[in-house]
Amino acid sequence: MESTTARMTLVTTALSAMFLMCGCSTLPETGRDTLPPLRSYEDVVKGDGPHLLEVGDSIEGFNRGTYRFNYYFDEYLFIPVVRTYEFILPDYVEDRVSNAIDNINEFGNLTNNLFQLKFKGAGITLSRFAVNSTIGVAGLWDPAGTWGLKRQAEDFGRTLGHYGVGNGSYIVLPIMGPSNARDTTGLIADTAAFSLAGPAALVNNTAITTAFSGTSAVDKRHRVPFRYHQTGSPFEYELLRMLYTMKSDYDMAN
Amino acid sequence: MKRLLTLVLLTGCLMWTQYATAASRPYFYPFVNPYEATVMELPKYLEVKLPEKVPTREFTLRIFPKREIPEVFWYEDGLICTLAYQDHKAPLIFVIAGTGSSHDTPRMKKLQKVLYQGGFHVISLTSPTHMDFVVNASAGLPGDSLDDARDLYRVMELAYEQVRGKIDVSYFALSGYSLGAFNAAFVAKLDEEKKLFNFSKVLLINPPVSLYDSVSTLDQLLVENVPGGMEKFELWFRNVLAEFSSVTKEMGHAELSGDFLHNAYKRLSPSEENLAALIGLAFRMNSANMIFTADVMNGGGYIVPKNARLSNSTSLTRYATVSYSTRFVDYFNEYLLPYYQKRGPDLTRLALLERLNLRYIEQYLNGSGKIGLIHNEDDIILVPGDIDYLQGVFGNRARIFPTGGHMGNMFHPDVASFMIDFLAGKEN
Repeated sequence: MESTTARMTLVTTALSAMFLMCGCSTLPETGRDTLPPLRSYEDVVKGDGPHLLEVGDSIEGFNRGTYRFNYYFDEYLFIPVVRTYEFILPDYVEDRVSNAIDNINEFGNLTNNLFQLKFKGAGITLSRFAVNSTIGVAGLWDPAGTWGLKRQAEDFGRTLGHYGVGNGSYIVLPIMGPSNARDTTGLIADTAAFSLAGPAALVNNTAITTAFSGTSAVDKRHRVPFRYHQTGSPFEYELLRMLYTMKSDYDMAN
Repeated sequence: MKRLLTLVLLTGCLMWTQYATAASRPYFYPFVNPYEATVMELPKYLEVKLPEKVPTREFTLRIFPKREIPEVFWYEDGLICTLAYQDHKAPLIFVIAGTGSSHDTPRMKKLQKVLYQGGFHVISLTSPTHMDFVVNASAGLPGDSLDDARDLYRVMELAYEQVRGKIDVSYFALSGYSLGAFNAAFVAKLDEEKKLFNFSKVLLINPPVSLYDSVSTLDQLLVENVPGGMEKFELWFRNVLAEFSSVTKEMGHAELSGDFLHNAYKRLSPSEENLAALIGLAFRMNSANMIFTADVMNGGGYIVPKNARLSNSTSLTRYATVSYSTRFVDYFNEYLLPYYQKRGPDLTRLALLERLNLRYIEQYLNGSGKIGLIHNEDDIILVPGDIDYLQGVFGNRARIFPTGGHMGNMFHPDVASFMIDFLAGKEN
């Protein structure tokens, strides 16, 4: 409990520090000798309304700073750790770990299916948890999935969206990457529920919870194939922001 | 019992392979639609068998050590190349990637394995049109055949310097695909003067004949196939993404393997227009990346304001929008041509265009027995007449496949074995 509060304080402090650090201008530095380009935005871009790439991003300076932080974090810490993990464990074992983590995270799926009054989804989630925890040996395997009980993924961000909360501004979260105001609120709520009323509260052992969070983070990164600068584009920030937002719109609509 | 069964199966397979080689079965390629062929990877069972892993190491070159890299490219720190090395004396082949591709794209990695398996040390090089190359290794603007060849030659020289102590080289070879093949032809010609490598073999895989024709064709694929025209681009793009999302959701995951794409494709069954537009879009995006980067590296004035400083937190969104609305031919006419005319006022548009064409070195290509060609009759980057022309220039050093689109058949066993046979001097 104490450690949760301490962690949250740390995160808040780090976030505000980064905010101050990166609250710099997003305009290019110009001087007297600056001349407009041949193909200016005003001349080239026709049509009304924002272009596809122009996503609401009111804290772009901060976001670009976090993006840079994430790039270095990924390159020097996260990816080396993930690579070691992949080197040590055979693919088969990695998949078992992923399954076990998914099984524990069914807690969030259950609560959010209930919040959205999706009782069928909640029922399936409950059955999946029961089957996979027993026959699937603590969730290492997913027999429920092979029987047609597909994962009913929901989170609090989607719950908020379900009740009509809009995306809000785009946010790049430290370490976790692209998000928006709604999904970030959701993430905080889900994390709080997980620690205060969910599996973490049940276990009530800091060492186990910390080990779970660590493994879960590595497993999550292991499952995301994205690598920074792999697009070979100077507009990677814009592309990622656009795709995240479009995907989020799509998920909300379906 | 199980062991016996395995043995029987294995013997069966071996006999089948022997039989298959002896009878030289006809070339079979599953995609007859050239757009389909270009987009789709071959399913695993039809592909050449390759080792899971080959010994490689990456190394970084600083071509212009005094060059200050603009802060907006904060993630750039030298040009990275890959070496795949044999543990014995072997020929060294340089491979140049296609438009906008880096040394380590899945296609480059696979080609590296084909060549490694064929007995070569392999150095994989990023295309001169990729932003990493433009930032770290281009002397000026990218896009001119002669200057790009000079830039590449400089990189190859330094790359060999870095690895020469670690590998034992018997002779040098050169290859590239798509624009990389076009580059390779001009690099081979340059080497005839500089004589640093004296390439024994040069293999061009699906090169364009006229660069201008090819880039115009590719760009038209986008413009002509987005339903309702480019004003409706956003709607089309959202639909494509939604379709893809629904299929990956159904399949439970997404990955970029041939088998996955194949399965996703079967469920989606996209129209020919969609495929063509996607190919055009990929090209447009690659060239936009190059154009923006080249502009920043050369002081701006085309996409970004002249003499403005872009920092690591500058928003690039508006420049991105402009870059994606810029065609390669706009870049050629509005930026590249004036750039060269400033250096040599006599240079006409036609003269620069002629330089961006294999015909410019036709005599050399025709007379040089060491240069071979692989191409496909239905390659979408060619214009009518190109295949006949190439056949005429390369004669029996050309191997033209009836189908395969633009490099779709690159890892077909017949194509891969032609590559190795030619490069190892075992043709005919």
